Amino acid sequence: MLNRKFALFGALVIALVGCGKSETPSTAASDELVIRIGAAGPLTGPQAHIGKDNEYGTRMAIDDANAKGVLIGGKKARFELLSEDDQTDPKTATIVAQKLVDAKVNGVIGHLNSGTSIPASSIYFKNGIPQISPSATAVKFTAQGYNTAFRVMTNDAQQGKALGEFAVKVLGLKNIAVIDDRTAYGQGLADEFVKSAEANGAKIIAREYTTDRSVDFTAVLTSIKGKQPELLFFGGMDPQGVPMVKQLRSLGMKTQFMMGDGGYTPKLIDLAGAAVEGTYASLPGVPLDVMPSGRDFSQRYEARFKQPIQLYAPYCYDAVNVMIAAMQKAGSAEPAKYLPEIGKVELDGVTAKLAFDEKGDIKGGAVTLYQARQGKWQVVQTLGGAPAAH
Amino acid sequence: MDIFFQQIINGLVQGSVYALVALGYTMVYGILGLINFAHGEVVMIGAMIALTALQALLAAAFAPVLAVLFSLMIAMAVCMALGYSIERIAYRPLRHAPRLAPLITAIGVSIVLQNLAMMIWGREYHSFTLPFTSTSHHLGGAVMNDVQIGIVIVALVIMAGLMWLVHHTRTGRAMRAVAENPAAATLMGVDINRVISVTFMLGSALAAIAGFMVSANYGIVHYYMGFMLGLKAFTAAVLGGIGNLRGAMLGGVLLGLIESLGAGYIGDLTGGFLGSHYQDVFAFFVLIAVLVFRPSGLLGEKLAERA
Amino acid sequence: MKLHRSSGHLTLAIALLALPFIIDALFGHGWVRIADFALLYIMLALGLNIVVGYAGLLDLGYIAFFAVGAYTYALLGSPQFGLHWPMYVVLPLGALIACGFGVLLGAPTLKLRGDYLAIVTLGFGEIIRIFLNNLNAPVNITNGPQGISAIDPLQIGGFSFGSSYEWLGLRVDDVHLHYYLFLGFTLLVIFVSRRLEDSRIGRAWVAIREDEVAASAMGINTRNIKLLAFAMGATFGGISGGLFAGFQGFVSPESFSLMESIMVLCMVVLGGMGNVGGVVLGGVLLVALPELFRNAAGPVQQMLLGKVVVDPESLRMLMFGLALILVMLWRPAGIWPSTQRRREFDADDSVLHQEQETVYDASK
Repeated sequence: MLNRKFALFGALVIALVGCGKSETPSTAASDELVIRIGAAGPLTGPQAHIGKDNEYGTRMAIDDANAKGVLIGGKKARFELLSEDDQTDPKTATIVAQKLVDAKVNGVIGHLNSGTSIPASSIYFKNGIPQISPSATAVKFTAQGYNTAFRVMTNDAQQGKALGEFAVKVLGLKNIAVIDDRTAYGQGLADEFVKSAEANGAKIIAREYTTDRSVDFTAVLTSIKGKQPELLFFGGMDPQGVPMVKQLRSLGMKTQFMMGDGGYTPKLIDLAGAAVEGTYASLPGVPLDVMPSGRDFSQRYEARFKQPIQLYAPYCYDAVNVMIAAMQKAGSAEPAKYLPEIGKVELDGVTAKLAFDEKGDIKGGAVTLYQARQGKWQVVQTLGGAPAAH
Repeated sequence: MDIFFQQIINGLVQGSVYALVALGYTMVYGILGLINFAHGEVVMIGAMIALTALQALLAAAFAPVLAVLFSLMIAMAVCMALGYSIERIAYRPLRHAPRLAPLITAIGVSIVLQNLAMMIWGREYHSFTLPFTSTSHHLGGAVMNDVQIGIVIVALVIMAGLMWLVHHTRTGRAMRAVAENPAAATLMGVDINRVISVTFMLGSALAAIAGFMVSANYGIVHYYMGFMLGLKAFTAAVLGGIGNLRGAMLGGVLLGLIESLGAGYIGDLTGGFLGSHYQDVFAFFVLIAVLVFRPSGLLGEKLAERA
Repeated sequence: MKLHRSSGHLTLAIALLALPFIIDALFGHGWVRIADFALLYIMLALGLNIVVGYAGLLDLGYIAFFAVGAYTYALLGSPQFGLHWPMYVVLPLGALIACGFGVLLGAPTLKLRGDYLAIVTLGFGEIIRIFLNNLNAPVNITNGPQGISAIDPLQIGGFSFGSSYEWLGLRVDDVHLHYYLFLGFTLLVIFVSRRLEDSRIGRAWVAIREDEVAASAMGINTRNIKLLAFAMGATFGGISGGLFAGFQGFVSPESFSLMESIMVLCMVVLGGMGNVGGVVLGGVLLVALPELFRNAAGPVQQMLLGKVVVDPESLRMLMFGLALILVMLWRPAGIWPSTQRRREFDADDSVLHQEQETVYDASK
């Protein structure tokens, strides 16, 4: 009896795996070149909404390329998207990476976080698959000596430097409090911000911490209140940014509030209401409105996915286009053939004029600062980077 | 001094929420000796339902006060049904199973509820705003707003009501009887299944209220919000002595205070070596210390040697 | 009879040796990697089984020992401190340190029972994780949330498990090599578990689990025996952690969250507490199921409904949760319980427990 049940279960398992295996795409016509782009990010868990946004950005680039008709090495290319959920978990990220490699993807757009991009990058490197992360900001990601790892986003050092300069030099704020959320992203950015602010002559009068699961910050804010800083910088994402800025104001604090790219989201404005007024946030690259294709991209994104861009979708879009440009230049979608071309790509993307340095980081690294005014993110100024192609 | 007073207020507000959720854990534990790990997710579902109901009622032009009241009631009703179903489906069939079996189904229920919520309400955060403004009151140098005052008052009223229910009603007496000795209670004509269902429904109704209050206070709801809150509340229940109603209240408020004072002063106390990132470490150390000296929590009864 | 049995063992051995290549041929490298992780989790689950299954101590922070092992390996074999100690030193050292932490956890919790123990161990697990996450300042030890990367691969002499080799025309990749290494360790852990189960110590654990007072009356030193359970369990966790660090090449505190502890506990309970075979089965199932659902969620919808209605990702975890519930309802003592437990469990239905204090029998 028991054995029969097991046999049945085994059969079921095999059937299920079989289903998974049969996922292989339909055979293409012989004159068509099928190019598979892998996408990886968290599609479940607390950051699922940002992961899905990334997938949408990648999907749009792929659909655009298919609609436009791209010729690679004289053959008409048809792009396919393979999207995988890495659950923000380093271990799952390596499994997903291995699966994408198995599926013979020509390149990977991902992962979303540094904590997943770094362990996955060694697998892509071993198999010679180019990987462009739209949003991993840890300096280490491109500093491991892997020639397959690129990113279309400034790293923590680039962005932290810009934020620190802006706070001290432009806004003239000298007494600064810093909170970070103890994630790789939040802590990395906050540390670089502190370095830059101190180098420019500011004083860090309070350094507090929270987690990426917290919603109550009254205790740390109250403790900061006693030290009366002019500016509070938070290294973290919008789910914490919203309640933090609300609690900041409801404690009666007039301190200016600043976040990195994790704060530049429509949600921060929508959810924090009046409290968000005057908040600063940064975003690598130049404003979407500045790049010719940027405004068009955001309109089409909203029309198609019935939601505003969450955060990194434009970077995913750019990442795919960088990959395609390299393939076109090489005349091949073979990873080994087009990989050397990626570093030489120069492209007017939707987020910036893109070019890479020798490590695979974005050259120049423009960072734009925004301020929430009257319920909208308004551009304050763009720091650094190559001048945008107008 | 103002800062200290403000930290006390912060702790009280947070602690009141913990206490309400902790009551749900402790009631179930007192009667079944079972950790209802899915309780945190019931809080989340309560918040989500309240959000949807509130939006619908406001859209249907209900008066703001009525809309808030009705949405809270709808959330409570849904959560009660949910609590009842969870017990029937995931716990009751396992009543004589090894002790850890219902723990695993509880984890299963948690995962299911979380992912159902993600499918229904989406992956993103939602704004939860009450249809009236919450004014801030200055008490000396400290600040407290209407919602926070409301939380503390509602928590106190509910605790008083619950104590009355348990100690002065027939249902309460039946609950105490089952907690004391289920076999004897059965022989005395107590319908154990009914009592257990009522307990789950009561706990879930409290979870809905807690979910509503948390959302109103922080202004956001998300399908992932239940996990941490449930964990903290469970810690609070154990701190106070799990199974004991007064213990849950005490544990909740204490945990809130420990957290806010810990985050506020731990840096100064240790000369900047440990900062607010060790807030949870501090809370767990207090818990461990309490349990080392009082192995059944602050107000827990001394267990018989043979559990 | 004897011949029959040994030929059975031989078949099993050949099957286990051939498995990675069979998986590879059928499903690809990705699934071999999943098999590698499954073996790591089986080691973890077997370690936890000593604490929970044998000694009956509910531990919700077990992943901390995995973390200790992993960080020991990472710190002594990476550019973090510029140390590159060999694997045969670092792995035992990691196990030893984890063992020490096991005793450290066990000591203050000796008096605690059941669910009080659960919350304290949970707290302990979180404390370890929080320290790992924050010890990058004032002195940088663990590199904080950024984690430690470029960890040395598992290697002995010049032979690295992280490379690919070609033997007799057969290409053997890193995922295969790790499989064999982990398989070796898993078999060792299984062997030790089985021997412990039948030893004086194993019986003492069971005695404590069933009735601590009676056990101490029979002359069992309950304190030492309990500490030994924590120490043994932690040692296995530490070994597994070290292997994990070398395999992954990267460790960061997010790999050691509470959810991981809960997953390992699920493996033990779902598979069958106290039974080595059951625990192994539980480990395999809980690692494989989410991955199966990942592959199946989309195509099954396509097949049944003609289109993908619900996001495969949301459905994947939903199905996983449902599977946990259904399996426990179907087999409350685990899929493959130990014979002793099954006997107790079957006897239950007919007996009215008058002495039990709660509706859920806490004594089991």
